[in-house]
Amino acid sequence: MDRRTIFGGQLLPALLVLPQLVLTLFFFYWPAAEAVWSSMTTTDPFGQGSVFVGLENFAELFSDPLYLQAILRTVGFCLAVSVLAMAVALLLAVFADREIRGRAIYRTLLIWPYAVAPALSAVLFLFLLNPQVGLIGRWLNRHGIPWDYHLDGGQALLMVVLASAWKQVSYNFIFYLAGLQSIPRAVVEAARMDGARGWRRFRTITLPLLAPTTFFLLVVNLVYAAFDTFGTIYAITKGGPGQATETLVIKVYRDGMINQDIGGSSAQSVVLMLGVIVVTAVQFRFMGRRTSA
Amino acid sequence: MATLELQGLRKSFGETEVLRRIDLTLADGEMLVIVGASGCGKSTLLRLVAGLESPTEGRILLDGTDVAARDPAERDIAMVFQNYALYPHMTVFDNMAYGLRIRGLSRDAIRQRVDEAAGLLGLGELLQRKPRQLSGGQRQRVAMGRAIVREPKLFLFDEPLSNLDAKLRVQMRAEIRRLQRRLGVTSLYVTHDQVEAMTLGDRLLVLHNGHPAQLATPIEVFEQPADTYVAGFIGAPAMNFLDATLTESGRAARLAVGPVLRFPDGPRPGPEGRRLTIGIRPEHLALAAQGLPLAVELVEPLGSESLIHGHLQGGVPLVVKHPGHAPGGETVQVALLPEHMHVFDHETGRRLPPIGAETGAPRLVAAGSDQ
Repeated sequence: MDRRTIFGGQLLPALLVLPQLVLTLFFFYWPAAEAVWSSMTTTDPFGQGSVFVGLENFAELFSDPLYLQAILRTVGFCLAVSVLAMAVALLLAVFADREIRGRAIYRTLLIWPYAVAPALSAVLFLFLLNPQVGLIGRWLNRHGIPWDYHLDGGQALLMVVLASAWKQVSYNFIFYLAGLQSIPRAVVEAARMDGARGWRRFRTITLPLLAPTTFFLLVVNLVYAAFDTFGTIYAITKGGPGQATETLVIKVYRDGMINQDIGGSSAQSVVLMLGVIVVTAVQFRFMGRRTSA
Repeated sequence: MATLELQGLRKSFGETEVLRRIDLTLADGEMLVIVGASGCGKSTLLRLVAGLESPTEGRILLDGTDVAARDPAERDIAMVFQNYALYPHMTVFDNMAYGLRIRGLSRDAIRQRVDEAAGLLGLGELLQRKPRQLSGGQRQRVAMGRAIVREPKLFLFDEPLSNLDAKLRVQMRAEIRRLQRRLGVTSLYVTHDQVEAMTLGDRLLVLHNGHPAQLATPIEVFEQPADTYVAGFIGAPAMNFLDATLTESGRAARLAVGPVLRFPDGPRPGPEGRRLTIGIRPEHLALAAQGLPLAVELVEPLGSESLIHGHLQGGVPLVVKHPGHAPGGETVQVALLPEHMHVFDHETGRRLPPIGAETGAPRLVAAGSDQ
């Protein structure tokens, strides 16, 4: 399988990796370095200059109850999105794995939402759940259930969780379907012969054999929920009402771009960056072990 | 322990008819081997009995009760799969205990049964290992153990030895037979290996294109094959077939390659000139000073004997099994021993017994199955 090609000389290899290096340099290392630098500065109220303050921004951050709340909120949000998206995807995959007529069509349709842009999926949920124009929102209000995510923080959180999870279901579905199909048929048949049925067979045979897939998806989903849901949340609630749906990425944006606290916001991004590095390291380590096993 | 009866079992996948009508009865404790080339429907037959497929038509009676509509879980049948199908995430102990836990046995009862089966199979040391830490032979034993601990009414074996190397296969073959005898569990054993079929079965069912070609004891199948398919399938190297016609008022066959052979066991029915196929096994041909000239193409020395491949005049292929070393030379003389020849009808391929001996013919599967 090793189809490595070795290029001779110095110039050609350098030229081939140059575009990627330039991109990484300009769009990652430079901004990251800027963020690290400005996380250790404070800008004066009129934006005329900045002073180096060391780790003061970080100290302030971790003593700020609002920031700690945002961390907890983000963790809860990530877990809710991941569990919901994975559970629904697994359910759909189990059904799509059965011998049914036209399953190729179902499978294709189930993969589609992955191609929808975050803002569009947000708009879709607005049209469903908006209290004035949304199909479900109006229905709820007409039947005496007060529904308005502009006012109720819990409802707003529920809505961004739903919208974020919906987008990720397709991705999870593909992996779970592949995972289910890689379970040897004979193993499932052996369990049937042993008398295992329905939920019990699923719990004792299928689920454990899907564990590697589940772990991989959990990491991917947590990263998605933590960092890639900005568009969805911003389009629906902008983090509100109050701070009800303000996850860490939304807070970075709000504190930096709207409240103009560049130093504090940069400190938050640096913390997030460290988080991503840790998660990625865990993931690489796991994947590495999987492939070498 | 139970009896198994299949009545008019058919199975089609869409337009394709895989099993055409199987009738068969297994006595309590009997081991029946189903043998046939790949695609003959033997695995499908096993899966129907297991309940992993449902029959298009027919009944499956286990101890007199029709189980054809029941889920595998309700049939109390254990199956050993070709690739073992062990649960990869469970230890050997848990693999064996799984079926018992589902049946709700107590902890002590499960431990006792698993320990007993592990002792029987020499798995005592390996109970805490995972399947991937076992060798092929050990996995095979665990698969057997998983079937044994259940104490089921019926064992099903789906080519259980085909993934083992030759030496282990011979060893496990004897072990399976010993275990099956000792436990006395009624068993169905599917294989494409005729040596397994001959050595393991109380009786054989030879399947040909989903059609029961013969159901009889291994020796009967070998000595009195019901048709040219069975004759050619059982026995290695395969039987030689020669075209012939009936002559001397049914008392002899005139081979297309020349000589006239008198039937030692009595005349065959039919008009003069009826077309026949004469079958004769390679070991029943002898090199002689005078006989049919055989142009030798290939000699395979097997040590204690040699296989001589060649063709008779007119290009008719023939294989001779010769004890000892084959003589050199491009042509040898071959003598046919008439007392060992098999007579088949040329059109239908069915065995043609001597007149008045039809009742002595091998027990065929239910009349009408060949229509």
